[in-house]
Amino acid sequence: MRTPLALAAGLAAAAALVALPHFLGRSGVYLLSYWVVFVVATMGLNLTVGYAGQKSLGHAAFFGIGAYTVAILMKAGLSFWLGLPLAALLCFASGIVVGFPALRVQAIYLAFATLGFNTAAWLFMRNEEWLTGGTFGIKDIARPSLFGVSFDGHRAYYYLCLAVAAILAALLYGLLRSPWGKAFTALRDNPIRAESLGVDVRGYTLLAFAIGAAYAGVAGALFAPLLEFIDPAPFSVGASIMMYLMVVVGGPGYFFGPMLGAAVGVVLPEWLRFAQDWYLFVFGAAVVLLMIWLPDGLLSIPGRLRARREARAASAARAAAAARLDGGGR
Amino acid sequence: MSAPLLEVTDLRKSYGAIRAVAGVSFEVRPGEIFGVIGPNGSGKTTMFNSVLGQIAPDAGAIRLKGADITGLSPLALNRRGVGRTFQTLQVFGRMSVRDNLLVAAQEHRGSMFSRMFAAPDSGLGARADALIDLFRIGHVADKPAGSLSYGQQKLVDIAMAFMSEPDLVLLDEPCAGVNPSLVGEIAALLRELNRSRGGSFVVIEHNMDFVMGLCHRVMVMVEGEVLAIGTPDAIRADRRVLDAYLGN
Ligand SMILES: Nc1ncnc2c1ncn2[C@@H]1O[C@H](COP(=O)(O)OP(=O)(O)OP(=O)(O)O)[C@@H](O)[C@H]1O
Ligand SMILES: [Mg+2]
Repeated sequence: MRTPLALAAGLAAAAALVALPHFLGRSGVYLLSYWVVFVVATMGLNLTVGYAGQKSLGHAAFFGIGAYTVAILMKAGLSFWLGLPLAALLCFASGIVVGFPALRVQAIYLAFATLGFNTAAWLFMRNEEWLTGGTFGIKDIARPSLFGVSFDGHRAYYYLCLAVAAILAALLYGLLRSPWGKAFTALRDNPIRAESLGVDVRGYTLLAFAIGAAYAGVAGALFAPLLEFIDPAPFSVGASIMMYLMVVVGGPGYFFGPMLGAAVGVVLPEWLRFAQDWYLFVFGAAVVLLMIWLPDGLLSIPGRLRARREARAASAARAAAAARLDGGGR
Repeated sequence: MSAPLLEVTDLRKSYGAIRAVAGVSFEVRPGEIFGVIGPNGSGKTTMFNSVLGQIAPDAGAIRLKGADITGLSPLALNRRGVGRTFQTLQVFGRMSVRDNLLVAAQEHRGSMFSRMFAAPDSGLGARADALIDLFRIGHVADKPAGSLSYGQQKLVDIAMAFMSEPDLVLLDEPCAGVNPSLVGEIAALLRELNRSRGGSFVVIEHNMDFVMGLCHRVMVMVEGEVLAIGTPDAIRADRRVLDAYLGN
């Protein structure tokens, strides 16, 4: 009953994502593409944070490494299609390095360590002008074409982003269903027990960082040609916190959490434009309230409702049993 | 007599001035259920964790099937066929009961790389189902382990330790906090596992009926030292044990 329903919902959502650009103007399609790019990035962060439980606050640095890798290589005359896998690879390797502190420290200390990494990466992007263009950034990043098909148009580029996102989502789905998915979850729920059961906690911790970072790298590689211009601003510590919030708001450890969380993170600020200078305040307050009421994110709502229903049914059954006992006693 | 499966020699561990384990030696034979009793704070859990690589002992030697395993990590020990439970409940709360069991053995299958492409159940589905049947937790097999009652979680916790078919399992208070009828059930389960799989168990437990009914031999620890080792009957009859432990 549930699987056909889920399948139908999935197909409907996919159809909507394909059809939607034709009902939107240029800015609408741009926003949609922006969302898809952040879905890719936060899918990776959801693996690191939501599934494997590693509190990483440096994700935007990987996002930036991916974006700059593609931008710099393309400026050097190399193909986007070479830059994309290289961005993923470079981020995978950086992810392993950044994962090492996680073998020693956890939770808030790990958050600080990754934050430090983000700050260092951001300073590098800003100061190493010879490579990154510093605060002037890198301009006129071309959109790629493949086998004579150009992805230059805003709709065409959206479909490219969507296709990459779909492939990465399928890969992640497969990974999470494989034994690795269980090992990541075990690591998050209880690393000491996991190790006593033969789970290589060190290896999986590093992999959780590396794979998550690779996703951010691909997202960054898509991001640079989307904007056609990059500077260090979108890769700051603030951006990492924003990505973390997207994961947490959507539902960490839920497969579709990043889709929802990124939508909230990308679209809500647009809607809150009316609030102007107050928008960050309103957004921040909304996140705080959400965290108080729904610490496991929006996608935990169905499970909560089910649990409440079951609890109510159980207490009704208890009450009925008690009533029967009372009746029998008299 | 057959060679011992586990040999612990003069194990020591202190926390500052507290000599938690002060020179403990014993051996566990193949197929044996070996009980460990002693008052609160007598060093039982510290002894376990030192044997299992969870904490580093100050001194002593530990041998498994004749090989020196002193100082090996919990991971390495598990891969060598040593299973364990902890004194407190340790299940993976957000995973289903079935997944808890699967993850408890999957790392023994293939290489890390091959596991990325392996079937979700790593080919361990039948083994998990057998344990689920034995422990009679089939009705909750698909529920998140964290949503079960304490007693049910305790059963899952114990079952997990057996999933990788270890030669030696160390159980720290398998009956702590469970109701009396479940205590009998757990004893029956361990007896059945010992009979059908032939592994050796070391069981820490405060429940005397449980220990005396289940174990082939029992070791009594007091203040970090071994007071006596013997059959349940010998231990029950030992005056020193009565004075030092059962008496108070
Ligand atoms: N991490 C630690 N730091 C300091 N002291 C400790 C530590 N762990 C244990 N101890 C001390 O070592 C002694 C032995 O503790 P242990 O937990 O091994 O006893 P136990 O026999 O398992 O007791 P129980 O039956 O209550 O579980 C106690 O005095 C305890 O306070
Ligand atoms: Mg103890």
